[in-house]
Amino acid sequence: MPDKRGLLADPGLPEAIPEAVAGSHANSAPCDRRSFLKCAAAACAACGIDALAYPVTSILPWNGSESDSRFVTEARFYERLPNKKIKCKLCPRACIVGDRERGYCGVRENRGGTYYTLVHSRVCTAHIDPIEKKPLFHYLPGSLAFSLATAGCNVNCKFCQNWDISQVRPEQVRADYAPPQKIADLARHYSCPTIAYTYSEPVVFSEYLMDTADAGHAASVRSIVVSNGYIQQESLKAAFGKMDAVKIDLKSFSESYYRDVVCGELKPVLDCLVALKKMGKWTEIVDLVVPTLNDSDAEFRGLARWIRTNLGVDVPVHFTRFHPEYLMKNLPPTPVPTLERAKAIADAEGLHYVYIGNVPGHPAENTYCPKCRKMLVERAGLTTIQMLIHSNRCPFCKQPIPGIWRV
Amino acid sequence: MKKSPNTTRREFLRTCVAGAAVLGASGALEFIESAEQGAAIAKPKVIIARDAMLRGSGSSVDSQRMVKLLDQSMQALFDGDRPAEPWKKLVRPGDRVGLKVNALGGRAFSSNLQLVEAVCERLQEAGIRAQDIVIWDRDTEELERAGFHIAAGGNRVQCFGTDQVGYEDDLVTYGSVGSRLSKILTRNCDILINLPVLKDHDGAGVSMALKNMYGVIHNPNKYHPNGCNPYIADVNMLPDIRARMRLTICDATTATYEGGPGYKPQYSWRPSALLAARDPVALDYVGWQMIERKRAEKGLKTLQADKRDPLYIATAADAQHRLGIDDPKRITLIELQADA
Repeated sequence: MPDKRGLLADPGLPEAIPEAVAGSHANSAPCDRRSFLKCAAAACAACGIDALAYPVTSILPWNGSESDSRFVTEARFYERLPNKKIKCKLCPRACIVGDRERGYCGVRENRGGTYYTLVHSRVCTAHIDPIEKKPLFHYLPGSLAFSLATAGCNVNCKFCQNWDISQVRPEQVRADYAPPQKIADLARHYSCPTIAYTYSEPVVFSEYLMDTADAGHAASVRSIVVSNGYIQQESLKAAFGKMDAVKIDLKSFSESYYRDVVCGELKPVLDCLVALKKMGKWTEIVDLVVPTLNDSDAEFRGLARWIRTNLGVDVPVHFTRFHPEYLMKNLPPTPVPTLERAKAIADAEGLHYVYIGNVPGHPAENTYCPKCRKMLVERAGLTTIQMLIHSNRCPFCKQPIPGIWRV
Repeated sequence: MKKSPNTTRREFLRTCVAGAAVLGASGALEFIESAEQGAAIAKPKVIIARDAMLRGSGSSVDSQRMVKLLDQSMQALFDGDRPAEPWKKLVRPGDRVGLKVNALGGRAFSSNLQLVEAVCERLQEAGIRAQDIVIWDRDTEELERAGFHIAAGGNRVQCFGTDQVGYEDDLVTYGSVGSRLSKILTRNCDILINLPVLKDHDGAGVSMALKNMYGVIHNPNKYHPNGCNPYIADVNMLPDIRARMRLTICDATTATYEGGPGYKPQYSWRPSALLAARDPVALDYVGWQMIERKRAEKGLKTLQADKRDPLYIATAADAQHRLGIDDPKRITLIELQADA
């Protein structure tokens, strides 16, 4: 039974890239204090020393005798059908599930014609992470997020970094009973202004996410979700409506990629992004760039144009580096020049905040003012080195900088 | 065999004969190939053995009649005269034998207890120690609900679910499938005997031999889209499964023709039969036709018209998989009727 509580990295997020670090700094001039700190942070990230990510295993000790029944709650998004079948209305897959069967996600079960979630308060991993790890770059930079996950996912990405919790059934991983109030209390106790639902796919534990967000808000703790955006509109409004910010993985701009690599669909994800904009939710987008599969100029351009047209130029977009994992070990890590090409195309299409991710120390980790081009937030790996935005504006030219910058 | 430069023709022949003798002495030539070794038997046999009196005048299956029905099936399949003969061709003392049952349907609709008991009895007569037999499925609680007595350790026949021991950490892959395998399969079984139930399946169309292997992997929920095609065939191609699979005896004492995979009494009937085959594809094809005939009799649409024909059976037989034969002209179907 895998137990990776306290050890997990976000899907598709910072990993060791020594070459990139060397590449960025090999020719640097004499080292000042800032450069030193930057190098140190990048080196830590490169070595996998995640100094700011505290595992909370000791806070949530696994109790092997934990009864499954504690985690079982009636699901909120489904419809009863004849013959004790149900139709799930949580994600676009809309599974029709027979009695004693589970949906595609593996965490929802039909028991006698009633649909249950098996993962309410069933936390299989919890960490205290920098918010930059989600990544959210325009949301409370430098703050910590109490980050948690349950088992399960409603897609099956061949490159999943966390497949050993996302692609399993809840009974196949160790888990702790962590009801919403406990999470809210822990977040406050550890001075985390935010609870993050992340690592696996929070859509599949929507009920728990909603209840925890409510408990958090009552304790003045915010909530954010890191999701694939593969969710039906009604459940999106109910679940993500309780979030203070959202990060969506727009894994490609091609239906065939979604079908073949993700085992999902593109259109519902685009619909989700549009809905989030209408709801006024702060949203950032990650595109994991996989060599040869979704790295063409045409795809980058199509994606950037769609974002510009439908979401606006101020939505931060992160092109992140792929690492071979799970069912996709046959491809190399994404070359940094590919990510730079993606950024150049998105910049040329007029997007204001285009970042490169999973390349610690890369200059495209920083936020620059779209008007005067001065650096406003300097980052290295998961660390914010300096934050100059004041009153949501560039301190140099007073250009408004969109985001949620202060608690 | 590589002939060394100094070997004479006579020496070479002698070596060959000796090798053959060694194989013969160990019984290896008589042993049935695993699905991997003997994939797609040219003209596979499928036995349907029926006994109208299987339940006598009651509702539960008569153990004695079940043993006889099993013997009839196995003797017909292996051309044996005595009950123990087929089993001796299938296993040898020291083998650890896994009986992969289907326990999802509770007491009413899981692999028949009397059938499983009869198989255990014959295996022991063939020299398999009780503790080397393991009756298993995904979940221990489901096995209990189906009426099996849980036993782990001691000199008894073992019976428990994968939840007790877990899945291997490493992924195994074939085609579209990437899964972790039950440790019961990988660590407790040299030989696998598949004991599925004949049932309708809302996703796959039908569920018998090939589909029952979903109980071996950790993530079956990921492989139900598109009528489970090609996933079922791909799962059966996983080397650890393929290398161990020797025999399928499908429980058709009770079967469903609609509303599956859960048990719906209104859509069930009692064929009071066993289907036995070494070729899981041929068995699934024959079982599928039984379900189609029952559906026609009940005035239901064909599975194809219902848009859920079991395409995975053809995939399992295709050139990429070669798990068996789905061409009725090439399947030798033997139907037997037990004496009253």
